[in-house]
Amino acid sequence: MNTLILKTTSRFLFTLLLLLSVFLLLRGHNEPGGGFIGALVAVGAYALFALAHGLSAARKLLPLPPLRLVGWGLLVALLSALPALLLGQPLMTGQWFSLLGVKVGTPVIFDIGVYLTVFGALLAAIFGLEEAAHHPSEGA
Amino acid sequence: MSWLLVLPLLIPLTTGILCLVLPGRTAQRVLGLAGALGLLAAGLALLAQVQRQGIQAVQIGNWPAPFGITFVADHLSALMVLVTGVVAVAVALFALAENDQAREGLGYYALGHLLLFGVNGAFLTGDLFNLYVWFEVLLLSSFVLMILGGSKAQLAGGVKYFAVSLLSSILFLVAVGLLYGATGALNMADLALRVERVHPGLLTALSMLFLVAFGLKAAVFPFFFWLPASYPAPPAMISALFAGLLTKVGVYALIRVFTLLFTHDTGFTHSLILWVAGFTLLLGVLMALAQGELRRLLSFQLVSHIGYMLMGLGILTPLALAGSVFYALNHMIVIAALFLLAGLLQRMQGTTVLVRMGGLYGPYPWLAVLFLLPAFSLAGLPPFSGFWAKYTLVAAGLQAGQYGIVAVALLVGLLTLLSMGLVFAEVFWKKAPGEVRAAPGGLGGLALPVGLLAVLTLGIGLWAEPLLSLSQAAARELLEPSGYIQAVLGVSR
Repeated sequence: MNTLILKTTSRFLFTLLLLLSVFLLLRGHNEPGGGFIGALVAVGAYALFALAHGLSAARKLLPLPPLRLVGWGLLVALLSALPALLLGQPLMTGQWFSLLGVKVGTPVIFDIGVYLTVFGALLAAIFGLEEAAHHPSEGA
Repeated sequence: MSWLLVLPLLIPLTTGILCLVLPGRTAQRVLGLAGALGLLAAGLALLAQVQRQGIQAVQIGNWPAPFGITFVADHLSALMVLVTGVVAVAVALFALAENDQAREGLGYYALGHLLLFGVNGAFLTGDLFNLYVWFEVLLLSSFVLMILGGSKAQLAGGVKYFAVSLLSSILFLVAVGLLYGATGALNMADLALRVERVHPGLLTALSMLFLVAFGLKAAVFPFFFWLPASYPAPPAMISALFAGLLTKVGVYALIRVFTLLFTHDTGFTHSLILWVAGFTLLLGVLMALAQGELRRLLSFQLVSHIGYMLMGLGILTPLALAGSVFYALNHMIVIAALFLLAGLLQRMQGTTVLVRMGGLYGPYPWLAVLFLLPAFSLAGLPPFSGFWAKYTLVAAGLQAGQYGIVAVALLVGLLTLLSMGLVFAEVFWKKAPGEVRAAPGGLGGLALPVGLLAVLTLGIGLWAEPLLSLSQAAARELLEPSGYIQAVLGVSR
């Protein structure tokens, strides 16, 4: 799509949506929100950017290919499960400590893992569909 | 120590994730084998632990049962996990030798280990809803593995597999929901205590839903049609994994729920299971005799022999259940070996259609031996592990006075031998229709895992006592669930 309005606003919206997604991720700690919903908003930001500026421009804004992000997300989630084992407790028992007066725990790390996994998986699907739509012969 | 119980889950999960994160093909190949070996070691350690200290249970996240997520390892679970490790190592070795660069690039090792993760989760979970989740984990990986590489046959088989699996999952979920509505519990130990208070008629109806849902997964009569339509499609390094593990998860689930939960009216439910077992045995082997393609033939043999595992469950005596467990373990090893061998033969002759194969006995007599070892074990000839499995079941059937199913079991053993003999005559003795091609790239690597599994079935056959007594311990625990309930809930209310 080649409209000036979309191109201009998508730059602002992209940043705003990403900020909102991080806010939702952290808010999920005690209130509605969390990694899953936060990642959906972040995917929305990238999808909008890809619509306005093209797929390759959106891809350039990603640190890693989407499917690799899924791997890292799963790894982060897995790591959050392990400290309990080292302390002799059952797997995934929540561990809590205080960081500058804020209570931080392994469930937050798990949520970050969920965030990365959902983000990567959905983005891979959207980019894949977008590619298939523009190059039907290469797609599927 | 609770970490030993979660190791069979953590190892394949970590391996799968690392295969996703690390892009290099070499790294994935090394990880694929290392993960399988690690799983095998973890299985051994877990079995030793269960052997020493009895049933192990762990509450994930330290939320107490029946509210939290429970994992339990009794003898049955630990044995299944151990043999899963054996099959995983054999398949990983085969995949290394097969060197299918396209499928490796598409994530074969990551998906394979996530499949193992799901299989082990299903074997170890102590919660009925979690069992459903683990089924989904293994199904999702298996869907992708089934169509990995995207050949036409794979997609055709994949659609059937996908449709039937989803149907079975829906039935399973409905059954879990209804059972939860009737009892208010999902934890299997908790359920075992509460089902007594449910109306027996309602409980029987629920048990039938579970029988159909798990029966579809285990591919028993009359739900086996999908298996021979889909399993022959993917290459051997995938189909052997499916054949060895996936139907056994269904069998495991049947054994678990029909010993722990639905034992209120064994005159009806377990007699029905016995009929299902008989028809599965007979129809499977008769269909196998009619096949002209090796991998379809093996798929029907796979279906047929699921009947033996159900036979022990249907008779429901300690010896019969021990026979079922022993048969399942033996069959995982044997059928994986035969599917891998089919892949090896396909590589050598370019086809698995029996009339177009032949002439292998002259140039490769050792390959004939490699076929005959698991084939004889499948048919139940001494001194292989299949003999003891069948012997235990037949002895248990005679003791219980179930002469009909014993006659069927013995007949199917003979017909299996006939079917395997026909394969031998077609593939090895018959003159080759064309010229026998020298296999590209050497056979040693591909034959090694088949050889290991064949030696294992011979070894178990010659020294059956350890595995037989472990199977009997598993059967005792299954028939006396108070130990299981005690281990999970800490009380025997």
